[in-house]
Amino acid sequence: MALIHEFIFQGAQMLLVLALAPLLTGFVRKVKARLMRRRGPSLIQPYRDLARLLRKDVVLASNASWLFRAIPYLVFAGTWVAASLVPTFRSGLLFSWTADLIALIALLGSARFFLALAGMDTGTGFGGIGASREMMIASLAEPAMMMIVFAVALIAGSTQLSTMAAFMNSPEVGLRVSLGLGLLALIVVAIAENARIPVDNPATHLELTMVHEAMILEYSGRHLALVEFASFLKLLLYVSLIACLFAPWGISTATAEPALVAVGIAAYAGKIAIGGFLLAVFETAIAKMRVFRVPQFLGAALMLALLATLLRFVSRSF
Amino acid sequence: MVTDALIAVAALLLLAPAGIVLASSPIGRPTVYGASLALALLLATVGIVSLSGQHNSNVTLPLGLPWLGAHFRIDALSAFFLIVINLGAAAASLFAFGYGRHEEFPGRVLPFYPAYLAGMNLVLLAADAFSFLTAWEFMSLSSWALVIAHHHLRDILRAGYVYLLMASFGTLALLFAFGLLAGTSGDYAFAAMRTAPPNAGFAALVLILALVGAGSKAGLVPLHAWLPLAHPAAPSQVSALMSGVMTKVAIYGFIRIVFDLVGPPAWWWSMPVLLVGAITAVMGVLYALMQRDLKRVLAYSTIENIGIVFVALGLALAFKANAMNLAAALAMTAALLHVLNHSLFKTLLFCGAGAVLASTGERNIERLGGLIHRMPRTAFVFLIGCVAISALPPFNGFVSEWLAFQAILVSPQLSSWGLKLMIPAAGALLALSAALAGACFVRVYGVTFLSRPRSEAARNAHEVEGVSIVAMGLLAVACLILGIIPGFAIDALATTTQLLTGGRMPAQVGVAWLSIVPIAEGRSSYNGLLVFVFIAVSAMICAFAIHRLASDKIRRSAIWDCGFPDASPMAQYSGSSFAQPIRRVFCTLMFRAREIGEMPPPNSTSPARFTAIVYDPIWDTLYAPLVQFISFSAEKLNALQFLTIRRYLSLVFAALVLLLLVLAAWP
Repeated sequence: MALIHEFIFQGAQMLLVLALAPLLTGFVRKVKARLMRRRGPSLIQPYRDLARLLRKDVVLASNASWLFRAIPYLVFAGTWVAASLVPTFRSGLLFSWTADLIALIALLGSARFFLALAGMDTGTGFGGIGASREMMIASLAEPAMMMIVFAVALIAGSTQLSTMAAFMNSPEVGLRVSLGLGLLALIVVAIAENARIPVDNPATHLELTMVHEAMILEYSGRHLALVEFASFLKLLLYVSLIACLFAPWGISTATAEPALVAVGIAAYAGKIAIGGFLLAVFETAIAKMRVFRVPQFLGAALMLALLATLLRFVSRSF
Repeated sequence: MVTDALIAVAALLLLAPAGIVLASSPIGRPTVYGASLALALLLATVGIVSLSGQHNSNVTLPLGLPWLGAHFRIDALSAFFLIVINLGAAAASLFAFGYGRHEEFPGRVLPFYPAYLAGMNLVLLAADAFSFLTAWEFMSLSSWALVIAHHHLRDILRAGYVYLLMASFGTLALLFAFGLLAGTSGDYAFAAMRTAPPNAGFAALVLILALVGAGSKAGLVPLHAWLPLAHPAAPSQVSALMSGVMTKVAIYGFIRIVFDLVGPPAWWWSMPVLLVGAITAVMGVLYALMQRDLKRVLAYSTIENIGIVFVALGLALAFKANAMNLAAALAMTAALLHVLNHSLFKTLLFCGAGAVLASTGERNIERLGGLIHRMPRTAFVFLIGCVAISALPPFNGFVSEWLAFQAILVSPQLSSWGLKLMIPAAGALLALSAALAGACFVRVYGVTFLSRPRSEAARNAHEVEGVSIVAMGLLAVACLILGIIPGFAIDALATTTQLLTGGRMPAQVGVAWLSIVPIAEGRSSYNGLLVFVFIAVSAMICAFAIHRLASDKIRRSAIWDCGFPDASPMAQYSGSSFAQPIRRVFCTLMFRAREIGEMPPPNSTSPARFTAIVYDPIWDTLYAPLVQFISFSAEKLNALQFLTIRRYLSLVFAALVLLLLVLAAWP
């Protein structure tokens, strides 16, 4: 009986992230538009876009390989699995021990690896430039992320997200320098990983500064829908991750009452709304960087995270 | 068990003359590679049986030094490496069974191939310094003969020369190391060395000598210079063995000396190992990113992986010195598992490179492309190798890196300040090298197998022999299996880590759902099987649902060309252009990477030129001055060849007096 309960919660989490991901993107777009004094598309526009893309034919480049066609499914599945393993409204889900935070990051790395391969497949200049820049950004963002994981894991004594969330919710945490540095670095990494301004611009096509959109230029129809959906999921994942690690208030535990689960859901909705709002404000306030400024931006994140880890190694109280 | 292994090695040695006799006959290739395959499988079985450590037996043969004899023994450490070496050797032999057909001069490869396998196995079996070094040299020389098999090609003889030089240098360092270990008693058997460990100063010297001697064979920076020359020069099945397998023999030598023979480590020993390992990992992958030769990329990536193994070994050393046996076992498991994993995927990738070479005659990735259409099976298995080596779940490369990261997360408990600063830095470099490896293999796979063909050879490529594909396919399956159920491999390593570090990881077999839990479930766990199943199932459900409910139609059309139709395939992103951002970000300092663009003057029709310049920091700052110094001093010393007998006698006398003075001044 308990097992069935757990299955239900795990399934609910999988469906919840799937349902919420386009909404978060729609919300960010709406807020951005309002900040620019535009009316902006409706909140549910991303759902409509996905539905429309799914129904359309795929226009496939004549020399595209089987790998090009398989990759959207792999990328979507990998991102979805990763997003379902981050505690959102309830920690200690049935399969939460399947992948710890390090494995989760690596899972996103797998998705990116394949997406970059897809960019190389058709042999267009855009695919190549996107793939090459995406891997350059990843080669800085990934070690930075790993250092953030180290810093936080050394405080929480675990790389298991449920345990980390529980620890961060306990009064033992206190204010720590390394946590502050880690949060700052994580925000920078999250911006880079999700191809947001100032690293990349999710709203442009055919502009030489773009990265992610160039890489997926040859995708269309249902393939494009899946790739887009995966990037919505990734945004939700990072917002949930920041919320789970640095604002774990309200996440209900595995033994909690149903009422507390409801509180957890409400808290989660509030947290991603705040996260999305802050992202929109940040993106509106800042200009896009030149592509070779990005390494400095990410290098700063790497150094901050390394500093946070070093502090943890040097003393337990930082 | 040792006797069985020795008989198999003797059979391999007998196969060498058979190779000479049969080289020109059509049955030569099947006989040599078939028998090598069978014997390698036999030796791997011996390793598996001996891994439990219950069948230790010594054999002393009346060979070698008369008062010493040749000692042979299999313990849990050599048993594990027997498995690694011979699984790789079996796969390479099976691959060569078909691939050997493309060999132009079988007479130069067939005799040395089994001898090389025999040499590597003998190193693992040897239980005294004399047999160890003899086997080590035998392994070096037989592989040298294989490296220069195609000596008519450009640069091959130079590669062979550099290899020979570095191999002798490495053996010299090991010779000194064993000399120090044997001490004044001069007992060269390993058993005797274990009972009488050297004093602290000599032990430290042994560590450095082992790092230099074994490290030069394994390819640690800055002693790696020979590796990217020699490994690609050999025929592909031999490249696979040299990169996938022989570097592991070198690691075995290091572990044998440092963890087994020299006694308990001092706290600072891990520092040089960590430092060299981390630098090797990052430098190796940066070098790999800038190569155009497919086999050379793989050779540099071997250097990177050796660096990762040495970082894990350094961690194990640090924990062992601080009597943290459990953590030491964790780090050692990560190192050994990475050894096994790397032997699998690197053998696979080199075989794949061999298949590409056989089918197109091209090693330069800038002239390849689109092979996924012409060689679909090779492309598939090569892709698995690329994913595995980039440390991505759910394949095996990720598991060993994950364990290494878990070991790093235990390390704040270490007390020394040097390590507190060194280990996070090494961890950051490890993460950096893993991320760069991903970029490196996107580049290799994207340029070689994806995109449009860049040459006629790539356009007309064809699939290789079925046997070769089977060999690569088996390696790919092994990569997946070790990735999704690594618990069994971790448990099998327990006896080895017990021997080396005095600790063992908790048993993984009993853990629910076949997860791996290195310390405690609340702390960290990973389940490759479920990750794999989840991804596969959700991808399939999603594909099924979309094809059923939404749309399953496909229209083929030309690629988006931005209004610039029929662009030449040479205008695609190439390997160099893919690496350009990374070159610019990471290589401007260390490699002094520069880009020079020359535009023609106005009204001129001459083409614009773009030059990318990259210096090799190690070669330019270390080897080139060294070579210069040696040739300079050789020229000066040349004068000594033309002296009169009187002067020679006075030189001898002076030398004698000097040595006596030294002896007199010795405390």
